[in-house]
Amino acid sequence: MSATQVQNTDEKPQFYVTEEHHPENSTMLGFWLYLMSDCLIFAVLFATHGVLGRNYAAGPSPADLFDLNLVAINTAMLLLSSITYGFAMLQMERNAKMETLVWLGITGVFGAAFLGLELYEFYHLILEGAGPTRSAFLSSFFTLVGTHGLHVTFGMIWLITLMVQVKKHGLNPENRRRLMCLSMFWHFLDVIWIGVFSFVYLLGVLG
Amino acid sequence: MSSHHESASDAHSDGHGAGHGSFRGYMIGFVLSIILTAIPFWLVMGGVLDSKLFTAVLVMGIGVVQIVVHMVYFLHMNPRSEGGWTMMALIFTLIIVGIALAGSLWVMHHLNTNMMPMTHEMMKNMP
Repeated sequence: MSATQVQNTDEKPQFYVTEEHHPENSTMLGFWLYLMSDCLIFAVLFATHGVLGRNYAAGPSPADLFDLNLVAINTAMLLLSSITYGFAMLQMERNAKMETLVWLGITGVFGAAFLGLELYEFYHLILEGAGPTRSAFLSSFFTLVGTHGLHVTFGMIWLITLMVQVKKHGLNPENRRRLMCLSMFWHFLDVIWIGVFSFVYLLGVLG
Repeated sequence: MSSHHESASDAHSDGHGAGHGSFRGYMIGFVLSIILTAIPFWLVMGGVLDSKLFTAVLVMGIGVVQIVVHMVYFLHMNPRSEGGWTMMALIFTLIIVGIALAGSLWVMHHLNTNMMPMTHEMMKNMP
């Protein structure tokens, strides 16, 4: 930040920020701080799972329950939705409204596929008697993965809302700012998912 | 901040220097993510390594690398964005996360090992 620099000797020294203030920037920083606080929520849930993840109460272990093929497909869905959201952002920068909407729609489809697979997995676990009440391991598992799924659900609601907004009002500065916030949110959820599939699924199955 | 605007990928952005990605950047991130996702799944599902501990360390290590890749290529983290404040917030969060994770596991591990061992019968008779 070049706040108090004096370029020339004949120029008056300035003791205030000469750069223009951009409201988008402060929104981005504020949203980043929110994401960091969200990160703390997940850190606590990860710590809980780290402590309780081996307490099976004579019940099923991760190796008995988890289908890694399903987890791999799920991971692919979320990763694909991340890159398609990136493409939507690139189209937004080009001011291409229709293309932005198409990529956002594709992102939504991948997100919905992710949620569908996760709900399918949860449904089967509960059907097999491995619900959240079965053991400490399953309680912490459902809390952690469920919280992530809930975030994706709200991300989907946000995504659909923004698609309607962009369709109605176009890519105006407000919608751009919102799309950039959702972009950070969406990529952040993908980052959290890396922790989930590494720590919960892969290390769980490894035993 | 002024040097930021001169970089080629940001030449078309309309002035507000928040880090925007380029198609190339997203593709690099995407390909790296695929590779870094496939390796740990392959290690665990294929049972490639004999040592479980080594596999676990590798899986977590690759996970950390992938998180960094996502931060750089998808979330466009760099030390200059927002005048360095996003980086400061991130470092602060990482310290807190590290304390919370390491502290919880450390304390609870000692608690576990120092507790009286519990048999199945004792567990059944628990209130």
